[in-house]
Order: sequence, then structure tokens, then C-alpha cells
Amino acid sequence: MADNNRTDGQIERRQFLKRTLGAVGVASLPLPISQALAASNGSGNLAPNVPKWTLTQGEPILSPPYGHPSRFEDGVVRTPTDLTPTKTSSWSFTPLQDMNGTITPNGLVFERHHGGVPDIDPDQHQLMLHGMVEKPIIFDMAEIKRFPQVSMKRFLECSGNTLTEWKQPTGKTVQDTHGLLSCCEWTGVRLSTLLRAAGVRDKAKWILAEGADAAAMTRSIPMEKALDDALVVYAQNGEALRPEQGYPLRLILPGFEGNTQIKWLRRLEVSDAPYMTREETSKYTDLMPDGSARQFTYVMEAKSVITFPSGGHTLPEKGFYEIRGLAWSGRGKVTRVDVSVDGGRNWTQAKLEGPVEPKALTAFRLPWRWKGGSALLQSRAIDETGYVQPTLQALIDVRGLNSVYHLNAIQTWEVSSDGGVSNVHV
Amino acid sequence: MFMYKTIASIMFLFLVGTVTVMAQDEDYGLGREATDKEIAGWNIDVPPSGEGLPDGSGSVPEGKEVYQAQCQSCHGADGKSGQMDRLVGGKGTLASDSPVKTVGSYWPYATTLYDYVHRAMPFHSPQSLSPDQTYAVTAYVLHLNGIVDEGTTLDANSLPKIKMPNRDGFVRPDPRPDVDAEACMSDCKSGK
Repeated sequence: MADNNRTDGQIERRQFLKRTLGAVGVASLPLPISQALAASNGSGNLAPNVPKWTLTQGEPILSPPYGHPSRFEDGVVRTPTDLTPTKTSSWSFTPLQDMNGTITPNGLVFERHHGGVPDIDPDQHQLMLHGMVEKPIIFDMAEIKRFPQVSMKRFLECSGNTLTEWKQPTGKTVQDTHGLLSCCEWTGVRLSTLLRAAGVRDKAKWILAEGADAAAMTRSIPMEKALDDALVVYAQNGEALRPEQGYPLRLILPGFEGNTQIKWLRRLEVSDAPYMTREETSKYTDLMPDGSARQFTYVMEAKSVITFPSGGHTLPEKGFYEIRGLAWSGRGKVTRVDVSVDGGRNWTQAKLEGPVEPKALTAFRLPWRWKGGSALLQSRAIDETGYVQPTLQALIDVRGLNSVYHLNAIQTWEVSSDGGVSNVHV
Repeated sequence: MFMYKTIASIMFLFLVGTVTVMAQDEDYGLGREATDKEIAGWNIDVPPSGEGLPDGSGSVPEGKEVYQAQCQSCHGADGKSGQMDRLVGGKGTLASDSPVKTVGSYWPYATTLYDYVHRAMPFHSPQSLSPDQTYAVTAYVLHLNGIVDEGTTLDANSLPKIKMPNRDGFVRPDPRPDVDAEACMSDCKSGK
């Protein structure tokens, strides 16, 4: 590249950085732009100079013993809601705009607690299994870990994910609108294995799961689900559960709404009827326009969202971008994701990252050339049952505006002609 | 030949002697039988049948005292004006544009109120109320909603018999999927 061209390019880069840094943050910029920032700061680590970190030894091993992300990534964090009067019964959002691939790092998995995060000594944690069983049993953690082990990659989504978006576009970023969503590889024992150890009686149809937190959070779980793919897990992504994810033990009910997957699990009571706990009557029920409310709406239906470009991003120039996003379904595998750049008039099938696993986040990608005008980006997931992710209006036509939970509609991001990306309804 | 036999024998002994491959679902012999006392200490749930409700009782006036001491700082003196969940009123609003979901307007079972107050309230010291206090404050919150009169005393026998106004307001099973959308690919109606 000739010198005069490079000068022009640097000017362009500086203008771009001024335009974009406020919205995007250094942490989420791709590498070449980080280097450009270094150059604009005069640190001289760009070619043809030899970077300063090449000219000296780096940090020794165990710096620190438990590793954490680069200091340049410190903007990639969970963010709180401003909707709750306390910070112990509250939630925080996963930064989906900064995620790559489909596994959520443990420190970024969204939180929803109903009584704060307890500090549990695993040596003093037990799981009690009783009720309509032949033999009520207490397990300690060491015993639970001796049972045959299974690992599954499964998504976790709060049924309140996207709840601010019913009436008007509210969240600025995909973290705000869809960040009550994460995906981990969970490791533990099948719930069915534990139930067989206790001997479930014939008429048993439900299980009450209870946490050891200050909310003693409880939900009734259908026996059918317990015997299907439910897990009692002690690990996520290869290490012990994080305290905020239920350490030392939690329930995983793949594809079900997050609150049913009781954290800090201490008790399972088998019964012939649901318990009608506060969380499955006054909360986590879906109010319909006629004043009735749907109860036990467990399944998280097929949903998808574009994570790049998404709200708060700025496209620096016309040209090539890969539209990237996540799709998932509580009913099984995602079979197809379509992407529209014109607000849903025309659609193109995106490429899915394989192998696609059931009830797990699935990455989709589509190459796109932004020509500089306004664009309305949407994605639409289809799952193995043939269910097609609906538009918001189609959902509202049935549910009205007051059902709060289970908003799985198509999300729209508007790219304006200046490259800014924002949350809109079409 | 001799050597193969020896190796085969050693391998056979190794497998039989040290490793037993279990069939699936065999009795793993893990965990121990929970005692009645252990179960009683943790088994705090109260389903609509009222099973598990403890001995004891509490009246509306007693509940008012408990409420004023333990509840009203978060829920307001009238159960309507606190910064935490509204407990009172909202009757007839569920089908409106601004539904108010309270114990009186929304909760289908009075047993759930006992269960939740005992397990999770007061917010900063859960499971600290006695059975008498819990019956009493349950009675008071129901009274504030006009569901029981001022002379009511609740116990394990009477609580499950209360019929809540929205008892039949819930739909099961889950009727979803709601929308049978078509995956139109080109020249679709925008937003559909």
C-alpha cells in the first residue's frame, strides 16, 4: 500500500473509531480494529514496527492460577435489569452480542434468583427424595457423583426473556432484549436414575423440586419430563456449577422455562398432583386477553435472534458482513433458520453450524453485503416439529399484551443509512 | 501358545477379579434411607389438599399485628402501596388493559399463600414465622381482600376449604403452539 493511501486509510480508521467506540466498546472490536486503536494511540506496535510484547518475556504460568479473560475484554459482562426493587430477587443478562459459537462461558451465564445466591458448603448439602416412593432417600454430594454420569449441551432461557418487547421496542442491545439466554454443557446424573433408586409408586405423576436458597424456590415437574431427559447436575462447561447457577446441585430440564430448573436443589417430593406453588400460580403463568391464565407453560418454543449486527452496533462502511445469530427450540432440534434484510418480505436460508443438537443453541450465519441504505434484519427459526417462529403481531393476536412470558417472536434490527443498528418493531 | 494362554488367563482374572460391569438400572446402593425426622424438617410444602399444614391457628386481628410488624414496610399498610408485590385489590381487572394480579384477584389457592409466606417471607428472614403467625397473617391478607371476614380464625382444617375468587381462572394443559405460521420465502407480506 502506498504511503498516501495508508494515510487516507488511517484517517478513515480514526473517524470510524470515533464513530463506533461509544456504541460498541473496545472489548468487542475485532483484532484489526484493536490494532488500529493502538496505532492511533501512538503505541507503535503495528507493522513495520515489532510489537513491544514480542521483545520481552510475558507473564509466568499461573498468572493467575484460575485464568480469566484478557483485560481488553473487561467490558464483556452481565448487566442488571432495572425492573426489580431488590438485587437478590432479580436478574442479569448474558452479553449475547459478544458471544461467539454456542457455549456461554460460566461467568457470563445469565442469572435469575428469587432469594439471592446462597453460599453452600457442598459437604453440608444433601438431596432428599421422598413422597410417593418405596424408599425415601438422602444423598450426599459424593454419592450423587458416583452415579453413572451424563453430559449434555442444552440451552437455558428464562420464560421472561424478551418481556420488555411486547408493546414497543425497549431494549437497546441484544443483551437487553434476549440476554436471559445461555447454553452450557451440563454434567450430572439422570433424574430417572435417582427416581429408580427410590422406587416411584405407580400413581405418582408429579415431582416437587425445591431449592436450598432463601426463596426455597419450588416448582412442580411432570413425571413424564422427569423420566424423559431431566438431569440433576453438578457441573457446567467442565467445572463445578457456579454459585449463581446452583452450586453444588441443580435441576436441568432441557427445553423448559428456566425457573423450573431449580438451583441449589435440596429436595424432590413425588406426588400424584401438582403443588400449586406461588411460582406456578401467581408467577410464571400467562395472562390471556379474556382474563384467564395459562398454567404450566413449560416449553420454550422455537426462537432465534441475530446477534451481529444487532442493537448498538455500528457498521463502519459499506461492504461485506456476516450476519450471525442464535436459534433454539425447547421441542428439539432447529432444522432451519431464514434471514431477511428487508423486514420480512424476502428470506434467505442461513447456514447452520453442525452438528445441530436438540434443545441447544444453534449458530446460524449468512454472508451479506451492506450497500449503505436502510435495512431491516430479521431471523426466523423452524424446528423439527415444523413450528415456525412467529411474528410479534401474530403472537399478540392470540396472547394480547399482558401475558408477560414466552415472547418468542421474530426480532427486527434496523440498520440505518449511517450504519447505526437499533431495535425496531415493523 | 502357552504365552497367549497365560496372557488370556491373566486378563480373564483381571476382568473377573476387579471389575464388575453392571447392567443399567441396577441398584447402585447409593444414598441412605431418609428418616421421618429428617423429612419432617424439610417437608414444608402445602399443596391445595392442605396436606402438611401444621397444628396451630391464627386470627385476622392477630394477623394484623404480624402484618404490621413484618410485612407492611414492603407491601404497604393496605397491601396495595408498597414497593414489593401488591397483595390486595385488582378484582375484575384481569381482562382489562391494565391487569392487577394480587392474592385476591389472581391467586387460585389459599394454601399457596400459607406455603409461600412460611417458606420465603419475611424477605430478610424466611422461615422465621411460627405456624400460628403464618395462619394469622394469611387470614389477614385474605381479609384485606374481602375473602374472609374479620372474625375468621384459620387452621389446618379451615384453610384448604377457602375458595379463592380466581380458583377457576387457570387453563391447563398448555394449548400452545398458538401460531401456525407459514415460512413464506419471497414477496411476503411484510411483518407476516
